Amino acid sequence: MTPYDPSADVIEVVRHPAPGPVAGAYRAFGETLRGLKTTFARVVEGPTTIQYPEEKTPVYPRFRGRHRLNRFEDTGLEKCVGCSLCAAACPADCIRVVAAENTPENRVSAGERYAAVYEINMSRCIFCGYCEVACPFDAITMGHDYELSDYTRSDLIFTKEMLLAEPIERTPLRREGE
Amino acid sequence: MIAPADVFYFEPWWIQIVKSLVIFGVAFGVLPVLVVYERKLLGRFQNRYGPNRVGPFGLLQPMAEIVKFALKEPFRTRTSVAYLFRIAPMIAILTAIGGLALVPFGDVQHIFGRRVGLYGIDVSIGPLYVFALAGISFYGIMLGGWSSGSKYSFLGAMRGAAQLISYEVSQGLSLVGVIITAQTLSLTGIVHAQRGLWYIIPQFCGFIIFLVASFAETNRAPFDLVEADAELVGGYFTEYGGTPFVAYLFAEYMNMIVVSGIAVTVFLGGWMLPGNPHIPGWIDPIIVIAKMMLFFSFFIWVRATLPRLRYDQLMSFGWKVLLPLATLNLLVTAIIVGT
Repeated sequence: MTPYDPSADVIEVVRHPAPGPVAGAYRAFGETLRGLKTTFARVVEGPTTIQYPEEKTPVYPRFRGRHRLNRFEDTGLEKCVGCSLCAAACPADCIRVVAAENTPENRVSAGERYAAVYEINMSRCIFCGYCEVACPFDAITMGHDYELSDYTRSDLIFTKEMLLAEPIERTPLRREGE
Repeated sequence: MIAPADVFYFEPWWIQIVKSLVIFGVAFGVLPVLVVYERKLLGRFQNRYGPNRVGPFGLLQPMAEIVKFALKEPFRTRTSVAYLFRIAPMIAILTAIGGLALVPFGDVQHIFGRRVGLYGIDVSIGPLYVFALAGISFYGIMLGGWSSGSKYSFLGAMRGAAQLISYEVSQGLSLVGVIITAQTLSLTGIVHAQRGLWYIIPQFCGFIIFLVASFAETNRAPFDLVEADAELVGGYFTEYGGTPFVAYLFAEYMNMIVVSGIAVTVFLGGWMLPGNPHIPGWIDPIIVIAKMMLFFSFFIWVRATLPRLRYDQLMSFGWKVLLPLATLNLLVTAIIVGT
């Protein structure tokens, strides 16, 4: 073990020589002019702001927004069979499913059972998309809607009717390569 | 033509009063517009829009803010000196408005058979009057900062005092070159003397010095150490809120208007256009105001560009660069004009 050498800690700071009159004047005015040019180029570019309530930020196709429950396009039957796998997969525990048996008179879904109650508490949801992954029938998918604020907490509990309803198309989708 | 070196009191007293009211009213009416203009232009320099929500094009934004400020509860710190704390913003705004009286917006016009000068007053000591008011306006900053009884305000005021004094010298000297060339101290006389050539060309060095010193005089970026919001909260007006705060804000913008007006008058040919086309007299104020707006926009442009200087850089730049340059400029001008 070598004894501690205090000079080993000294860091030499390289300082450039103080500018002379010409270099100093250049630094004061020439560089200033360069800076002025740079900022003026921003004016020429124009604003890049998205005026939010009127224009909306486009989302990517795989964006995880508000959930949707899907139906079969041909028969109009619900895809959800009330298996509660989504509720089991949900880390935030925000999905509640109550299943009921399909009868020949009242046929709601394509399977044996259907979801009599399907609720998602949007104030708890973390939009992880695990429900979408867990679902064996692609019954629940994440949509593109991200404008979910409301006035009361109870309004944020989305019922089955709200999730089944065709969402109002308010979020633009990003174009290819954007 | 050289204007006679005394005050032109050819107007009856009531015209003087009407003139001062008009100038005062227009200046106060234009201040909120300038505030919103600055914010919008500053936004453009940063790839954004600036305020555009309140009213058409965000023009009512300053109105909303003034209402907000006016409804604030007046308060002061326990350590403050009450009467100085109240007087300081008044001094700031009074001196700022006083400077505006000097800016000539146009030549002498014949309105309803009377001769009316389109300026507040034409004194034979024009620039000296402006500098005297600038000297007093430093009391607005100094007293405001000191009487607040707050460390940040005090530091801001100290910086302001040192800065104003050191830059006033260079600003004054840069104007002396023009005064020597024009052979008059009357501001209208200086404009008349620029009929052939605007002084920005023969006095370019003086113009640059005046420009830089004006930024320091009006406490604008990059010399806004007096406010220095990153280090001193708000500088000398840290403890001010409500209408006194608005008074300081207005004083700052008014100072900018006055400095723009002086610069336009002294270096940019006042109400003249290049080539001296024959134009009706009522266009004169429009020309002056347009030129002032250009100058004001340059203030904003620089604010959007340059970072704030360190305090020692500010002082050494003022005393070691600007002052020798201004003196040299004055010397060279004096020799050329004298021979």
